[in-house]
Amino acid sequence: MKTLMTIVAAGAMAASPALADLVFPDLSYRTGPFAAGGIPFSDGYQDYFTLLNERDGGIGGIPIRVIECETAYNTERGVECYEATKGEGALVYQPLSTGITYQLIPRATADGIPLHTMGYGRTSAVNGDVFSHVFNYPANYWDAASVMVNFLLSENDGSLDGKDITLLYHNSAYGREPIRTLESLAELHGFNLNLLAVDSPGQEQGNQWLTIRREQPDYILFWGWGVMNQVAIQEAINIRFPMENFIGNWWAGSDHDVASAGEAAAGYRSLNMNRLGDMPIFDEIQTIVLDAGLGAGDSTNLGSVLYTRGMYAAMLAAEAARTAQELAGVADITAAMMRDGMEAMVMTNARMEELGMPGTGPEFAITCEDHGGTGMAIMQEWSGTEWVTLTDFIAPDDSVTGPLVLEDSAQYAAENAIGPQCADS
Amino acid sequence: MFYREAGDFKTTYAEDNQTFPIAFDRYRYYIVLLIGVGVVPFVINDYWASAILIPFLIYAIAAMGLNILTGYCGLVSLGTGGFMAVGAFTSYKLMTAFPWLDMITITILSGFMTALVGLAFGLPSLRIKGFYLAVATLAAQFFLIWMFNKVPWFFNYSPSGQIGAPERLILGHAVTGPNAEAWAKYLFCFAFVFVLAWIARNLTRGSIGRQWMAIRDMDIAAEIIGVNPLRAKLTAFAVSSFYVGIAGALLFTVYLGAVEVGEAYGIQKSFLVLFMIIIGGLGSIFGSFAGAAFMVLLPVALKVLLVDTMGWDTAISAHFQFVIVGALIMFFLIVEPHGLARLWSLLKDKLRLWPFPH
Repeated sequence: MKTLMTIVAAGAMAASPALADLVFPDLSYRTGPFAAGGIPFSDGYQDYFTLLNERDGGIGGIPIRVIECETAYNTERGVECYEATKGEGALVYQPLSTGITYQLIPRATADGIPLHTMGYGRTSAVNGDVFSHVFNYPANYWDAASVMVNFLLSENDGSLDGKDITLLYHNSAYGREPIRTLESLAELHGFNLNLLAVDSPGQEQGNQWLTIRREQPDYILFWGWGVMNQVAIQEAINIRFPMENFIGNWWAGSDHDVASAGEAAAGYRSLNMNRLGDMPIFDEIQTIVLDAGLGAGDSTNLGSVLYTRGMYAAMLAAEAARTAQELAGVADITAAMMRDGMEAMVMTNARMEELGMPGTGPEFAITCEDHGGTGMAIMQEWSGTEWVTLTDFIAPDDSVTGPLVLEDSAQYAAENAIGPQCADS
Repeated sequence: MFYREAGDFKTTYAEDNQTFPIAFDRYRYYIVLLIGVGVVPFVINDYWASAILIPFLIYAIAAMGLNILTGYCGLVSLGTGGFMAVGAFTSYKLMTAFPWLDMITITILSGFMTALVGLAFGLPSLRIKGFYLAVATLAAQFFLIWMFNKVPWFFNYSPSGQIGAPERLILGHAVTGPNAEAWAKYLFCFAFVFVLAWIARNLTRGSIGRQWMAIRDMDIAAEIIGVNPLRAKLTAFAVSSFYVGIAGALLFTVYLGAVEVGEAYGIQKSFLVLFMIIIGGLGSIFGSFAGAAFMVLLPVALKVLLVDTMGWDTAISAHFQFVIVGALIMFFLIVEPHGLARLWSLLKDKLRLWPFPH
C-alpha cells in the first residue's frame, strides 16, 4: 500500500506545469455503455483545440493544453477527474454528463471555475443570478421539450388538442429533466402526456414498447443516450411504429444510433443543436490535424453529428477564452477571467463564418442574468443513409420555460442560501 | 525479535484481553492513529481527500458493515447499495426538514433508520439461507432503488430526482457542501471510522460476535447449544445495516454532495462492497480496511501510473484497468482465498519467529 501511495504522489507531482498555457480538461468517456456517444464528442472537442494549437499557436498566442480524463459516465470517477485536474489551472469544465454536472455545480462554483454544460445538465442554471459559474448556452432540455412541441404544433396546424404524446426517457436526472416542462406544455396545448421510464443503461425496453404498442400514442418524444438509442429505434421498427412520429432530442440523434437499423429507421427525427453539412473547418481539421496524425481518435468520426457538436463545444470555449483575453487585457487568463469571458460571450453568424463553420449554431448573446442563450434547435430526419436537416432553427416558448426556470432556481438558491449574483456587477 | 509476546508481562485480565496483545502491534496502532489525526489533516489537499482518503474511509465503514453480516454471521447480502441509499435519503430528508440538526446526529439517525429497514428485510433470513437469502436481499436492493426513484417525496419533488447536500457546519467548520475544507471532511469521516471500527472490533469478540460466528459455522448446532437464531441473525442485520447506512449517508453528504440514486447506489455498489470483503478477508475488521483500500486505491493508482506517468491513451488505460484489477482479484483468490487479512496474519506469525525461524 505504501508503494502505491508513493506512485500516486509521484504521479501527482510529475504532472505539474511550468509554462503558461490554457488548460481545457476533457472529462470524456471512451468506455462503458455510453462510450458510443462519448468518443466522437471527445474527438471533436480535442481536435478543434489541436487545430488551434497547430494553426494559430493556441488562443491569443498562448498554447492550449487539453487534459483528458476518463469518467466512464460515472459520477465518482467524474469527481476524481475534477479534483485531479482543477489544480492544473483548468479554465472550464464540460463533463458531458448530467449526473456529473450536478456534482460539479457546487464544487466548481466554490472553486471559481466555470462549468459549461451545452445542452445538458441543470436547466435552471440558465438563471445566472443564482448560478454564477454555470453556463448552458446555446440551449437546454426545457428548450428542447418546447422546441419539439412547437415543431409538432406546426405539423398539426397549431393544435395538439387531444393528442397522446409519450415521453420515453432514461430514468436518471438526464431523462427526467424535461418532464416538468412537458407537463406545463400539456396543460397549455391540451395534449395527454404519458411517461415511460427506461432504467440505465437502457438495453431492456421490451416492457415499455409493449405499452406503446398497446396504447398507440400519436407521438413519442425520446430522451435517450448511449446504447439506449439503438435499442429504442430497433424496438420502434419491430412494432412498426411510424418513424416520423418518433422524435428524439439532440442526444438521441447521432449517426451510430440509426446506422445499425439503416434503411428501416428512415423517417426517424431528432433535434440537433448544429446545422449539418460540409464546412470549411472540416477540411482544415483533416489536413492540419488528422493527416498529421494528431487526431484524438481514429479520425473516422470527422463530420458526424456528435463530432460536430464536440467541435462546436470547443469552439464556444475557445471564443469565450478569446473574449476573456480581450476583457482582461492579458493573454494568460485565469478561470475567473474565463467566467467573465463566458458571461460576455456574443456569437454571431459573421463570427461563425469567419471561423469556418457558417451557421452551425444559433446566434446568441450571454448576459449576467441569462446564461442560456436563445435555446433554438433544428429538426433533422434520418433518410436511411444520412441525416437531413428538415427545418431552420426553431425557437422555444420562453413564456413556458421562463417561470419554471425562476421557480427551480429560486428553490436551489433557498436551499443553498445564495443571494442575487448580478446586482453588484 | 521485537514482535513477540515474550517479555511483555500482563498483570490484569483487562491487559490480557486487549485487542492488540503484542506491544509492537499496539504502538503501531497508536502511531497510525496519531498520523491519521495529527499529520494527515495538515498535509491533505482536495485531491487526496476527494479521490482517495474519504472514499477509502467511507467504503471501509460499508465493508465493516457487510463483513459483520456476511463474514461473521454467514448471511450473504446483495442489498448493500440499497441500504446505503436508505442512509443517504434519510440524511437528505433530515437535513432539509430540520436545518438546525447537526451532522453527527443526522448521520447516526440515518444509521438507525437503515438498521430498521435492514431488520425488516432481515426477517426472511430466519427461513431462507445461502443463495436464496442472497436473492432475497437482491430484491431489497431493487425495491429500495425503485422506491427512491418513484416516490417524489424522497427527493423533495425536484424535477431531476437528484438529491443535493446543503452546507452544514460542525464547530464553525463546514463538513458538507462545496465550501467544506478537505481536512474537515476527512476528520469527520475519520472520527466515524475510528468509533465504528472500535465498536465493531469489540462487538465481534464479545458474546454477540460469538453468537454470530456460531450461527455462521453451523446454525443447528448453535441453536442446540443455546444461541437464539432469531436474535443473532436480526442483530447481525441491524448492526450491519447501521454501518452500511452510515456509509451511505457519508457517501452522499460528505463525499459526493449530489447523488442520483440509481447511479450511486445501484447493484454495482453492492458488488463493489462484496468484492471488498472477499478480497480483504471475510470475518476480519482489518480485512474490511484492506479490501476497501485495495478497491479504492488500485484504480486511482493504475490511472496515475498508466495515464499521467506513462502517458497512455485514457481509453486503453481504462480498459487495461479492468484487465489488471480482474487479474489481481483472481490472483489473490487463487493464492490466498482468505483474503488480504490472512496474508497479514501469516506475516505476523512469521514476524514472531523472525529472525530465528527454527
